[in-house]
Parts: sequence; structure tokens; C-alpha cells
Amino acid sequence: MKILVCISKTPDTTAKIAFSDNNTKFAEAGVQWIINPYDEWYSLVRAIELKEADPGSTIHLVTVGGADAEPIIRKALALGGDEAIRINTEPLESYQVAVQIAEIARQGGYDIVFTGKETIDYNGGAVGGMIAELLDLPYITQATGFQLNGTTATVKREIEGGEETVEVSLPVVIGCQKGMAEARIPNMRGIMAARTKPLKVVEPTSNEALTAFSSFGLPPAKAGVKLVSPDNVEDLVRLLHDEARAL
Amino acid sequence: MSVLIFIDHIDGHIKKASFEALSYGAKLAELEGTSAEAVLLGSVNDDLASLGQYGVKKIHQVQHENLAQFDSQVYTKVIGQVAEQTGATTVVFSNNSSGKSLAPRVAVRLKAGLVGGATGLPDAGNGNAIRKNVFSGKAFANVTVPAGKKVIALNVNAFPITQSEGSAEVVSFSATVDAPKVKTVGSTKTSGKVALTEADVVVSAGRGLKGPENWAMVEDLADTLGAALACSRPVADAHWRPHNEHVGQTGVAIAPNLYIAIGISGAIQHLAGVNRSKVIVVINKDPEAPFFKAADYGIVGDAFEIVPRFTQAVKKLKGIA
Repeated sequence: MKILVCISKTPDTTAKIAFSDNNTKFAEAGVQWIINPYDEWYSLVRAIELKEADPGSTIHLVTVGGADAEPIIRKALALGGDEAIRINTEPLESYQVAVQIAEIARQGGYDIVFTGKETIDYNGGAVGGMIAELLDLPYITQATGFQLNGTTATVKREIEGGEETVEVSLPVVIGCQKGMAEARIPNMRGIMAARTKPLKVVEPTSNEALTAFSSFGLPPAKAGVKLVSPDNVEDLVRLLHDEARAL
Repeated sequence: MSVLIFIDHIDGHIKKASFEALSYGAKLAELEGTSAEAVLLGSVNDDLASLGQYGVKKIHQVQHENLAQFDSQVYTKVIGQVAEQTGATTVVFSNNSSGKSLAPRVAVRLKAGLVGGATGLPDAGNGNAIRKNVFSGKAFANVTVPAGKKVIALNVNAFPITQSEGSAEVVSFSATVDAPKVKTVGSTKTSGKVALTEADVVVSAGRGLKGPENWAMVEDLADTLGAALACSRPVADAHWRPHNEHVGQTGVAIAPNLYIAIGISGAIQHLAGVNRSKVIVVINKDPEAPFFKAADYGIVGDAFEIVPRFTQAVKKLKGIA
């Protein structure tokens, strides 16, 4: 089985969100960077589990980013994976990222392409679906489970109000979310091994973007909480009904 | 030039999220001085002509046995054919489970710029930028689409449903429909009676409840309110509740009209999944719980006393007690 896992670098979940350059850029000063949790906890770990079950499998990691993405890709390699590819361009939007990864996926002839269901920074949730369309492959996102049976896979996905189990033929692109696998932490052996695993840098084939982030902003702060005494729960219900019009 | 809206359905009925998408698409067409048309794949029990009341003039219905399975690859090719033939320059989806599967694919197929998770209409005063949430709702971005065509996936519960008099013309569209590669072999409903991502009201509880055996009072309140159930991450990780109820940055992101958080401290990762809620109520015994800073209403006190009284008061309001 040949598996490609897409890795994205995102700010830590507790990072302070602020913008610079007249609100046109994310303010990166002092920000800790992590592997996008959906890429790490669910997609990469599930790929590692598949390789553990079938040691003949290979896992390649791919990321689109500058040299500053290398610590993140090394951290991913410490968890598992055989080698990594970094496409050397600063990503501006989803289509640009998807085109680069689709090109790598096309050359590599992978059976499974795993992505996170979205990144926690720009929340586009688009790269997986775009890769699938560029390669003309099936795509299942919001996947909460993935089992291989030969050349087909059984995938669980979240839908409104429930879960659906589907069968799909390989190759396939999967967008992973919670439920896929349990988070792991790299061990010392993995961290040592990651230092010598191949990390190939390739140049982008094109840099076409179809959208642009023109500016950013922060939502207005809440007016402040209105506290109700625990002895007057009825007052809360009345406020929710008359004032907030939420009941 | 026209706006094409994708109508999503389940179990023979159109999803509420599609009424939002239709209302949005109709308004967008009005702003752009063009017409709003819709596309529906498969068939429903609902009356399609009456969807005209959301402002759509024409509905293209594609019926084919291969559409019985939801396969985003097959659906995308069909939507692409409808978009081409109708000359659509904008395609609107709800950013629900179907929309998340389809919008990115359709954007590539039409070579259109994608705005995923849009929360508003293009702003003429700001270069027609479309607002969307970023950083899990902790910020927003204005996105411009310099490409000729655009695909918009509208966040659920982000745009009001507008209705007026009107009837839509329903036309049968004949398309080439490939055989699906995805086959649904089973489905399960989640524990709650209302779908979490579509719910107007969500009742959520955390570690403050001390154990899974104490959820009956939360379920009781949710039932009384017609609300969906949710929980915090520690509760899902401890298997007190199923993981599909976990709301937060790495769980489900929701935007109900009313979010009631019981015994949840309000860590930043939890807030990221619920901060788009219109009204937030927090019940917590710790007055220092960070959640109170993000709440509209709060009660500092013991959930085990407050929740049953809350349920009683709601029943009284609704005249059922």
C-alpha cells in the first residue's frame, strides 16, 4: 500500500490571534507552530496504523511551505512515515496548495491520500476535495473510521445527525477527523530516526491562486455576561425569552 | 451569468441548510442583477415549485439511478454540466456535510475561486469581498475572488431564511451520470434527537457533571428545549459521551441561536467550536471559569440544582407544566 499524508503547519491551538500590516497578515511574532491537529492526530496516525498492520506499506509525507516548515515535517516524521517532500513555496490559498500536492500524488501513484478535514487556521476544508477532483478520484471527508479490505476500503463519515458507512474502491482521497485514530506522541527512537529520514525539497510547478485574503479582523467583544442568581432560574428563562429572543 | 444553488436533501426531505443557501443565493443574484436557479439531484417528497418562495426562479432536477448513492465525484460532474449549460458564474452550497464534499471539487471543475465557510454576502464597499470565519471563529477574513467564477459554501446558521410569495419552474435536466464508486452500506443516527450541526438550540455539558450517569437531567433539558446534545472534549475522551457530540476546535464547530454550557470551564479550544453561537448561557459553580467572559448570560452555582429548575421553568414558559 502506498500512502501519501498531507501535512500543514498551523499556529498552536492556544496561539494569540492578531494581524499585522494593516490587518492583511497573520501576526506570527511569538507564535508556536504545530502540525495541524487533523493532519497529525487522525490522518498521520491512521496511516501509521495501516503500515503497522502491513509493514510492506510506504508512507510519504508532503507539505507546501518554506524552509520554516521543516521542524514541523521532522516532527511528523518522528511519529512515523518513510520520507517527506516539501514543496518550496509559501501557500496563499487552497487551490494553490491542492495543485502542488496533486502533482506529487500523480507522480507517486498512491493508493490512499490522507488529509485533515481542514486546517485550524484558515478553515477552508478544501484541499482534499480539490486534490480528488484534480486526480479524478473518489473523496470522502469528515471521515471518522477507515478499514482496508484488499483494494477497497470501508469508511465511516459524519453526516447531519449521524454517521454513514461507505465502501469505496482505491485509490481514494480521505479527509480525516476525530474518531479515526487516537493521538500519539513521538518516542525517542522516532525522534532520532526522523533526523536521517529523507526530506526532499521540490520547486512548485505553478503558483496560480484563485482567491485572495484581502483583510482580517477580530469579532467584536461580547458586551459582558449578565449574571442571574441561582435562586432565580426563572429569571434566566424570562431573559432568554423576552430579551435575547432565543427561546 | 446566473447564480446556481445546490439543494441538498435526506430521507426525501430538503435540509434546512438548503433553505438558507437558497435565500442567500437569491439575495446574491439580486445584488448582481442576475437570476437565481437551483439544482437538485435525485427526488424528494417535498413540493419543489414552492421553493420559489425563497427567491429561486427555476429548479433543474436531475433524476438517474446512479444518483441514489452520494458520490462527490459523480455529483460534481453532474453539477458541472448544469452550471455550464445554465451559464452559472456563481455556485452556492451549504457548508454542511454534502457541501464540504462537493464545493471544493466543483470549484476545481469550473476553475472557480472557492469561499468555504462564508458568513455573508459580497461587500460592494470592500471590493466585493466575502466574509468567512478563520482561526476556528476567533477571527474573520475578507476573501476576494479575482477569478471570473466563484463557488460559495455558506456556513450553516449564518444567513437568515427569507420567504415571500413565489413559485419556481421545475425542469428536468438530462445529464451524463457516471456509475458511483462509493456505496453506502449502513448508517447510524446519533443519540440526540436533533442533528447537532443543524440545531437552533444546543445543550452541552462537561466534566462538571462528574460522570456519564448524570446525563439524564441534561437530556431532559435538551428534550424540553428541542435541543441537540453536545459535550466538551474531556467528556468525549473519557468515553462518557460519543465523540460525535464533542464540540470544540478539534470536534464539531457549531453556530446555534442558543448554546447552553453546563459544567464546562470554557478552554480556548472549546470556545473555538462554539463562539459563533448567537446567545451563550453558562452554568458553572466556579465564578472564575473563563467561559463567563464569552457568555451572554450566566449562573454561578451547582448544576445539579440549577438544571432541573431550568427545565421546569422552560416547561412553564411553554405551558407544558
